[in-house]
Amino acid sequence: MAMAKLSREDVLKLAQLARISLTDDEVDAFADELSAILGYVEQLSSADIRGLEPTNQVTGLTNVMRKDEVIDYGYTPAQLLNIVPKVEKNMLKVKRMIS
Amino acid sequence: MSWAPIATIADDVNAGRVKAIDLVEQALAAIEEHKDYQAIISTLADAARSQAKSIDEKVANGVNAGRLAGVPFIAKDNLLVMGVEATAASNILKGFVPPYQSTVINRLEAEGAICVAKANQDAFGHGASTENSDFFVTKNPHDKTRVPGGSSGGPAAAVVLEMAPFAIGTDTGGSIRQPASYVGCVGLRPTYGLTSRSGVVAMASSTDTIGPLAMTVEDLAYVFDVYAGKDELDSTTIGRDPAGYQLPAAAYQLPTARIGVIKEWMGEGLDDDVRESVEKAIADFKAAGAVVEEVSIPSLPLSLAVYYILIPAEVSSNLARHDGQRYQFSEQSGKDLFESYTLSRAKGFGREAKRRIMIGTYVLSSGYYDAYYKQAQTVRTKLINEFNDVLERYDFLIGPVAPNAAFKIGENADDPLKMYLVDMMTVAPALVGVPAISLPITPSSQTSMPIGLQVIAAQRRDRELLEFAAAAEEVVSHG
Repeated sequence: MAMAKLSREDVLKLAQLARISLTDDEVDAFADELSAILGYVEQLSSADIRGLEPTNQVTGLTNVMRKDEVIDYGYTPAQLLNIVPKVEKNMLKVKRMIS
Repeated sequence: MSWAPIATIADDVNAGRVKAIDLVEQALAAIEEHKDYQAIISTLADAARSQAKSIDEKVANGVNAGRLAGVPFIAKDNLLVMGVEATAASNILKGFVPPYQSTVINRLEAEGAICVAKANQDAFGHGASTENSDFFVTKNPHDKTRVPGGSSGGPAAAVVLEMAPFAIGTDTGGSIRQPASYVGCVGLRPTYGLTSRSGVVAMASSTDTIGPLAMTVEDLAYVFDVYAGKDELDSTTIGRDPAGYQLPAAAYQLPTARIGVIKEWMGEGLDDDVRESVEKAIADFKAAGAVVEEVSIPSLPLSLAVYYILIPAEVSSNLARHDGQRYQFSEQSGKDLFESYTLSRAKGFGREAKRRIMIGTYVLSSGYYDAYYKQAQTVRTKLINEFNDVLERYDFLIGPVAPNAAFKIGENADDPLKMYLVDMMTVAPALVGVPAISLPITPSSQTSMPIGLQVIAAQRRDRELLEFAAAAEEVVSHG
């Protein structure tokens, strides 16, 4: 996991993937801070993990099922649409996707 | 004015000796009196008064109002409570009034408990001081120039300031235990899955737990017994201990305990004042007749690196839903949907949330996944094996909660990695999924700040952990 210091371009690429717009100052600061954090976690590369599998669930549960049935919580669409910022004709309204 | 033991309060309310409305007024008065500590984000005065009145009416009509009848409590702001904003102390959730309530709150209310306020935290749980709250910093009740710890710093401070007899927090990597240690109350991180995450703003789903904070282990156990266990709304939940979690009449016998002192936590990086306090507690256990021996968990020094790969990965995934389209907060100046996402997230997330999202995005991105995420999940297996091994030989493991007592506001603010190091001792139990408790011990002669002892048990041994902690409380806490 040898990694070089993150460049401004690396940070901008990450920000685009993460859908966050950054100021110039933030780009510079994150280049340093993320490099330091990734440098710290790099110590894991030398851990001896021969014969071990990754753990994804710690209490040993697998395929937890429940009945496929509708539970009525008594909400109306209007109540739930109250939460979203913009609504039109009972639908969530967003900006155009292609500019 | 101090609170009586929680069981006593509920008994008094059910017997008509105490009115729920008076308890709510006492809580609201304490919240008002101590508002300069900035522990609270919002207060539910009207809702709480109306719940109290209906409880008092029930009692007047001869109906039992539950095991927590009239007992006020405070919820961390990342728990969804009906009718009040749930912001998780983040700007991006401003204005979000949830249409449903978390399972934990439902279960507490069903037994008569009354939520009086929502408490401050590091936004989304990202932090160890509440300095990452998007709103304000909570002050330590023992010293206003110091942090109360975090991320459940608001709930912890509120309990010590006697705003309510208990609070509910969340612990993903130490967010209950570390603030409990910094302010001098008890806090439980339960076994992973023993508490429903339904209706709790997600941080890292593989380690998020919901735990109580209180002034005594007895109160902690009493409250935990009410809400622990399976929930069909959270498929990762596991069943309760058949014996429940309330303390039994017969006290735990300390001379029967086999206690392991975790060697890796007593070495470098531990402040002298914390070391002195923990060593005093070790001596107290020995004097009480327990077997206390040093144990080694060789991979422990790697746990913080594992944590700061896995948790940002899960954070970046869980916070993807906050895109400016689904909750109230939305930046409308963007020219298209993509810009609406990037600008809403730029404005709505604080610095630490952005930082963790970026790290998580990096370690999960194509080409880096195996080297970071998969490697970390595999080292996690190693850590689990080593914990299982020592927990077969010892009933409980002990050590510090954090390498230091409460630090000054601003002291670690400019160096994110330095702030992460505060989590050094709390992240491993979270990654392994075992229960752990923070218990106040004798403060060192070098500081006036509280210091906590961390006690860890094997998975699903939360009841034994609470029983042991109650007995330990008697021998290690000397004010």
